[in-house]
Amino acid sequence: MSVVEEGRTYIGASVPRKEDATLLTGQGRFVENLTAPGMMHLAVVRSPFAHAEITEVDLSQVRAAKGVVAAYSGAELADEWAGPLPCAWPVTEDIKIPDHFPLASDRARYVGDGVAVVLAESRAAAKDAAELASISYEPLESVTDVALAARPGAPLVHESLDTNESYTWAMSAGEVDTVFGEADVVVKERYRQQRLVPNAIEPRGVLVEPVASTGELTLTSSTQVPHILRTTLSGVLGMPEAKLRVIAPDVGGGFGSKLDVYAEEALCLALARKLGRPVKWVEERSEAFLATIHGRDVLQEIELAATSEGKITGVRARLTASMGAYLQLATPGIPLLGAWLYGGCYEMEAYDFSCTGVFTNTTPTDAYRGAGRPESNYAIERTVDALAREVGKDPVDVRRLNFIKEFPATIVSGLEIDSGDFEGALDRGLELLDYEDFRREQAARRASGDPKQLGVGFSTYVEMCGLAPSRILGALRYGAGGWEAATVRILPTGTVQIMSGATPHGQSHATTFSQIVADELGVDVDSVEYFSGDTAVVPQGMDTYGSRSLAVGGIALHQAAGKIVDKARLIAAHQLEVSPDDFEYEGGRFTVKGTDRSMTVTETAFHAWTAHNLPDGMEPGLEGASVYDPPNFSWPGGCHIAVAEVDTETGDARVIRYIAVDDVGNVINPAVVAGQVHGGITQGVAQALYEEAVYDSEGNLVNGSLTGYLVPSAAEVPSYEVDHVVAASPTNPLGVKGVGETGTIASTPAVVNAVVDALAHLGVTEIEMPTSPERVWRAIEEAKR
Amino acid sequence: MKRIGLSVNGSPHELEVEPRELLVYVLRERLGMTGTHVGCDTSSCGACTVLVDGESVKSCTMLGVQAEGRSITTIEGLASNGELHPVQQAFHEQHGLQCGFCTPGFVLATVSLLEENSSPTEDQIREGLEGNLCRCTGYHNIVRAVQAAAGKELPA
Repeated sequence: MSVVEEGRTYIGASVPRKEDATLLTGQGRFVENLTAPGMMHLAVVRSPFAHAEITEVDLSQVRAAKGVVAAYSGAELADEWAGPLPCAWPVTEDIKIPDHFPLASDRARYVGDGVAVVLAESRAAAKDAAELASISYEPLESVTDVALAARPGAPLVHESLDTNESYTWAMSAGEVDTVFGEADVVVKERYRQQRLVPNAIEPRGVLVEPVASTGELTLTSSTQVPHILRTTLSGVLGMPEAKLRVIAPDVGGGFGSKLDVYAEEALCLALARKLGRPVKWVEERSEAFLATIHGRDVLQEIELAATSEGKITGVRARLTASMGAYLQLATPGIPLLGAWLYGGCYEMEAYDFSCTGVFTNTTPTDAYRGAGRPESNYAIERTVDALAREVGKDPVDVRRLNFIKEFPATIVSGLEIDSGDFEGALDRGLELLDYEDFRREQAARRASGDPKQLGVGFSTYVEMCGLAPSRILGALRYGAGGWEAATVRILPTGTVQIMSGATPHGQSHATTFSQIVADELGVDVDSVEYFSGDTAVVPQGMDTYGSRSLAVGGIALHQAAGKIVDKARLIAAHQLEVSPDDFEYEGGRFTVKGTDRSMTVTETAFHAWTAHNLPDGMEPGLEGASVYDPPNFSWPGGCHIAVAEVDTETGDARVIRYIAVDDVGNVINPAVVAGQVHGGITQGVAQALYEEAVYDSEGNLVNGSLTGYLVPSAAEVPSYEVDHVVAASPTNPLGVKGVGETGTIASTPAVVNAVVDALAHLGVTEIEMPTSPERVWRAIEEAKR
Repeated sequence: MKRIGLSVNGSPHELEVEPRELLVYVLRERLGMTGTHVGCDTSSCGACTVLVDGESVKSCTMLGVQAEGRSITTIEGLASNGELHPVQQAFHEQHGLQCGFCTPGFVLATVSLLEENSSPTEDQIREGLEGNLCRCTGYHNIVRAVQAAAGKELPA
């Protein structure tokens, strides 16, 4: 049964998800559900010290414990590694990249750093035995706070580097000093992007199955990046890529945290190779708080130069970003993904940005939903509000005065926004909010002295995603390209197989991609069969991150399907004995102009399969492949509006209304897009109001579990009002843009602006994130003084 | 080891379990009911929610031996004769799941919630599902799915 009406296309329809049936009935193939005959269970012994010399590792009691197969220290596994775990983004020529091996052997550099492993016949035996490890540490001075780590004389995370500074990266455009010197107004703000823990609800997991006779290893991992794992881990293990197959099965969320090459993946591979038996490791949640990458942890100083009318003329931004103890796959590049966006969606003439990456004795940071762009958007959108206060204008009017309005637009930092409609999104948002009515209600509450005050916060944003044009990635010293590969094949029965290197972990690739191909080939969406996440089935790919799957992977599939149509046209022409130019093509059917003679693409697939009567020289089969390298980034934008209610007596701040008007170009599946927006908003609200990873002065993560780290539940957030404006992207043939990160990028400043606005009449202008009841209450009390 | 008898999705089981073994691992590792997921180690996330004698219970908060004589429903036991349970169907139709890892827990918590209150308000739904965490959906469509399963007219 077709889910859309005759004559309509699947693109633009909320086709119900193909992914749901197995997931709803408990048949998901998550790593934790998989077993292999003879499987051993791995447990990792982790450092309880933030910084310590490892003086002795005694595993004799571990090895003697019931059910234990083997146990190893870092030193004992040193020969397994042909190279360290990779950092693929050396952002400057002189960046300092310390060696990072899967187990520490002489120094532990953060709480959670792996120092030994145990292999046992059961999960329980491995965990019990890990408790018996006797490891002697000589604790050393540590530093977890990025500001302290950046100071001269701070304890050194890596002594041999002689500094905690990994790199400083800078760019400048326009006459910055002149612009700031001549400005009527300069607004200077400081913000702290607190450390966040991604907390995909599925913890990471790894299963490695060896084939002893051939030396082949199959790694099944809860990962966003099976292809990147295959390429990089073959290097870490010193084995040919041909011997390593990587599978990403059902993956329970990632949000950037599974875009990495992890120690446990390398350890399971090495140990399965060494012992010739399958090895499984599944992370526990409190282990995930230490062993899976964290996000953000950036200090920002931002200055805006403007006229007394509030017209922005320039921006300066200085970042100090915590790298954690080591550089993971993309650690140094993450804050730089926002480097071009500190001017937001506004026109200006001068731009100055720099970022210093600093080592700390903490879990490494890396990509977390939005990666660099939530930081930049937060800084500019909070500072535009500060500018509005400074010049005595409504924040809406200041935004409107400064919007980029003509497209394509070369922004001050040098990139080109292909399309957008910032003013249209703002207008629609104001209409949905009923801005005047809101301000009246706010004024009434203020006048009555209601303990619960209302505030509104705006975030008009643009972001760059759809990573990315390979040449630009090269110029930025990123270690790989930004293309995506796709194959489409029609079987003789009409089943369409599609393969994409973009690998899902909740984003509905199977449904969305099927819609694109079904329209192009004029077939039922249910006859499209989607393959991904297995390097033996889909050998080429760049995987899923940076809101790239649709804007890059979707276009590759569209082009591959187009190649099939081109070949099918030749076959149909041959079969019907007409010229290929005689056809009209619509809905998968070639019709000879002015006649009722026709042939469908799927009919040509049967002829392509029998190959009894093909044009001379034509290869049998009906298959198209494409590798698409995007010519530009993808540029979603829009307007998010939060309404906050703040209890001035308890400091409790809640979002009671939330409006999102996004331009994500043409929408393939509105339900899926709305779902991405809802989830993204919630993670951004969580940063604004709830979440923060806190280290004590000894370097312990004090809230390293879900009891102390406040991932919001349904009770903490409202329903959302989601709408769109459409400025179709001229960069790609579908006119689409990325959507996976927009909600997170846009929402955080909208919420904090709303909380601050609720207290503006009390003189509050700044509250550090998360705006916890205590921080809100203190801000009110301080403003009273 | 201790011998226990329990019913899971209508089938009786007799098995030997360790006294320290949590119900969730009895279900997953002894009985192969891997639809019940483990998302945390602090009973915070609700991914392991099952029904015990019809009421939702986080199966990591209960020992296997405490399940002696009880009747357990897991996600595998909810659909019947190839037909999704109305709550499963509502999650599908309202796009109430993305990665799907938390979904079995949410579906069973919803079944229990609607058993107690067949016509909950949005606030009651949000408070009723407070013990389950989802990182993908932002809860918006989960709330709609519960409303749909309760036969409510959905807000635009």
